[in-house]
Amino acid sequence: MKPPDGPTESRLGRVIPIVEARREAQSDDTREKSRGKGGDKASEPELVSLYEKHRKIHPRSVSGLFATWRWAMVWATQIFFYGLPWLTWNGRQAVLFELETRRFYLFELVFYPQDFVYLAGLLVISALALFLFTAVAGRVWCGYACPQTVYTELFMWIERRVEGERHHRMRRDAGRINADYVWRKTLKHIIWGLLALWTGFTFVGYFVPIQVLGFDLLSLRMGPWEGFWVLFYAFATYGNAGWLREQVCKYMCPYARFQSAMFDSGTLIVGYDTKRGEPRGARSRKQDPATLGLGSCVDCTLCVQVCPVGIDIRDGLQYECISCAACIDACDTVMKRVGYAPGLIRYATEDTLANPGGNRSLRKTLLRPRVLIYSGLLAAICLAFVLSMWLRVPLKVDVIRDRATLSRVIEDGVIENVYRLHLMNASEKAQRLRIDVSGLPGLSVPEAERLSPLLAPAQAVNVVIHVHLSPDEVLAAGSHPIQFTIQEIDAHDIRVLEKSVFLVPR
Amino acid sequence: MSDADFFNELWTYFIAIITVVGMLACALLLWQQGRQKVAAPGDADNTTGHVWDGDLRELNNPLPRWWMWMFYLTVVFSLGYLVVYPGLTTYRGSFGWTSAGAYELERAALEKQIAPLYAGFTAKSAEQLGQDPEAMAVGGRLFLNNCAQCHGSDARGSKGFPNLTDSDWLYGGSAEAIRTSITDGRNGFMPPMGDAIGGEDAARNVAQYVLSLSGRENDPVRANLGRSKFSACAACHGADGKGNPLLGAPNLTDRIWLHGGREADIVQTIMQGRSGTMPVHKDRLTEAQIHVLTGYLMKISGASEAATPVASTKP
Repeated sequence: MKPPDGPTESRLGRVIPIVEARREAQSDDTREKSRGKGGDKASEPELVSLYEKHRKIHPRSVSGLFATWRWAMVWATQIFFYGLPWLTWNGRQAVLFELETRRFYLFELVFYPQDFVYLAGLLVISALALFLFTAVAGRVWCGYACPQTVYTELFMWIERRVEGERHHRMRRDAGRINADYVWRKTLKHIIWGLLALWTGFTFVGYFVPIQVLGFDLLSLRMGPWEGFWVLFYAFATYGNAGWLREQVCKYMCPYARFQSAMFDSGTLIVGYDTKRGEPRGARSRKQDPATLGLGSCVDCTLCVQVCPVGIDIRDGLQYECISCAACIDACDTVMKRVGYAPGLIRYATEDTLANPGGNRSLRKTLLRPRVLIYSGLLAAICLAFVLSMWLRVPLKVDVIRDRATLSRVIEDGVIENVYRLHLMNASEKAQRLRIDVSGLPGLSVPEAERLSPLLAPAQAVNVVIHVHLSPDEVLAAGSHPIQFTIQEIDAHDIRVLEKSVFLVPR
Repeated sequence: MSDADFFNELWTYFIAIITVVGMLACALLLWQQGRQKVAAPGDADNTTGHVWDGDLRELNNPLPRWWMWMFYLTVVFSLGYLVVYPGLTTYRGSFGWTSAGAYELERAALEKQIAPLYAGFTAKSAEQLGQDPEAMAVGGRLFLNNCAQCHGSDARGSKGFPNLTDSDWLYGGSAEAIRTSITDGRNGFMPPMGDAIGGEDAARNVAQYVLSLSGRENDPVRANLGRSKFSACAACHGADGKGNPLLGAPNLTDRIWLHGGREADIVQTIMQGRSGTMPVHKDRLTEAQIHVLTGYLMKISGASEAATPVASTKP
């Protein structure tokens, strides 16, 4: 830690640029207006509201390396999302989360509520992966894979097809409402609505067999709950991707609020190279910037125009930035056009931006303790997860000792206890189980009860089992631990051991 | 029992006032904050002018205005909620909604949903249901949920709770008798007979006689002495000790002992009497459910010892 030598500088140094950025980006229009009036009120205190009016952002389309990557991710995630429910496996939907019967089917696997620990494992893995990727490369999740980004990208693509490029949209929104305005807006919202409905339909298709759902939809017999959730999810998609967009990232998303805790100066961010770019300014292509005393930035403001959250990246790291790298693509295009080297805005760490000379290599960035610890934990939990899935026995057993009958003595002094076995077939094959009991000498299950009824795939059955203790064994009154072994007759690897107790009466 | 048994009525007003005033205060705060403006010292610095510790300055990080309108919406929603639902203590809500009413509705909906299934069952006699695997699966689940608590998961009962898998029935094994037992319950009562018989020693003699009735090992001398005293028992159990299903008096000539078959158990029964209660089920179960249970019980009592209730849930 540095001594609090210049605390004002160092503490606020990280805060103020963020603030400035917002105020500058807040509205190009207002700034221009105030400039137009010629009144420079910067020094006078002004009264501002605690609430902010919504400003519509009209991002310009962008192409380039990172835009291509984002589109690749859109394709990958959406083929996955829209396509998965249509796959069949063993004569049923390959991925189906049946809430009504509480059985989750995932290809070969059948999950019961008892398997909830796997969901917890999956969530831990997701969280750790998010921590790791954030520590290494900042908000890459936000920029490329987050559903909010993906659907916004799709919706903006539709918007551009119908309403045209940024300047067309801005002009139309600022102008009069005429026939052109109405039909373009109507068409846009109809297409948005259809895409949103398809998304909602697909989402519900993960919980209700999608082919049945489609049939019900066509014959207008969809149940009230299915209908509600299709519409709800469609509405959420339409609202979030069509209307709210960056508002979700800036105000609603919790990740935006805590991601700064995972950032440090070695994290890759979308950064503007101030040292190289400043002072910015327009210049002719023939002029040498060095003689004009200018940096590389030609102040074309394309980086601001393409930004989906409406910030100016040249003001430094801001919490609104979702690391989508649209500004990088835009800037590199311009740099190429004017004949400068690309990378004025680039993925870089704060360290490298501060010390262009000091070569902090990627290896050094990756070999930080924070990254190593996240990676280690992630690898360990992934391994444990895969192993436990591999070793998972597709059979669930609950042994419930009968509450009504503690213990009874039947013919010839045999002591009998009653148990209720809840057998759940967590596989796609029929199972017949053999039930054995051990833990005390002279313990047995009547021969007629040792075989369970045939369990159909994914079926659960309650079986009542009597356990007998031979009168030859003299045991102290009270409870004795015993163990049930439930074994699939044909498959040796399907075997479950369950503990219980045997009561001996006084 | 009403709320007033726990609360002074004043409390209900107290709580209602706090609820409403709290909501109005939220709305007022929103309104006041929405109008308030703070001084921003300069364009370059978006702070509110509040400074702590010399250098810690409060930023104005403005909330979007649509979000503020959502806050207003929550207040409106709460007020609407309080009009519709009984949130303000003694006020019952404009639709008279109660949790018990909601339960009744859900239950009625469920019964309507399963009515076709049960209609198929009620069309059959209790005996025929035994041949219907689906009815037996439903019966098994009903048994585990409603009967197993006393009679055991395997229906074989325990001391004081009759075994339902044998052919012995205290109140008769006809479908009608079983249905009545479930519907209206039973109150089995044997009065203490110690005084009528003449003390513990006489009771022991009677116990030996009772043992002889079921052909078990007994002391013939004492049994003979007990025989003369058995007339006191014959009123219910009959002169031959075969019991009386009208009274629920057990048959003493078989080897089934509800309260224990050792001499000491029998003496205790004679001296202190016994009582047993089978609760009424007509409020818990529908007539159709009782019908299915009757069929199920007739099946498992007629079947061999190995019959075990098996209930399965749908895959």
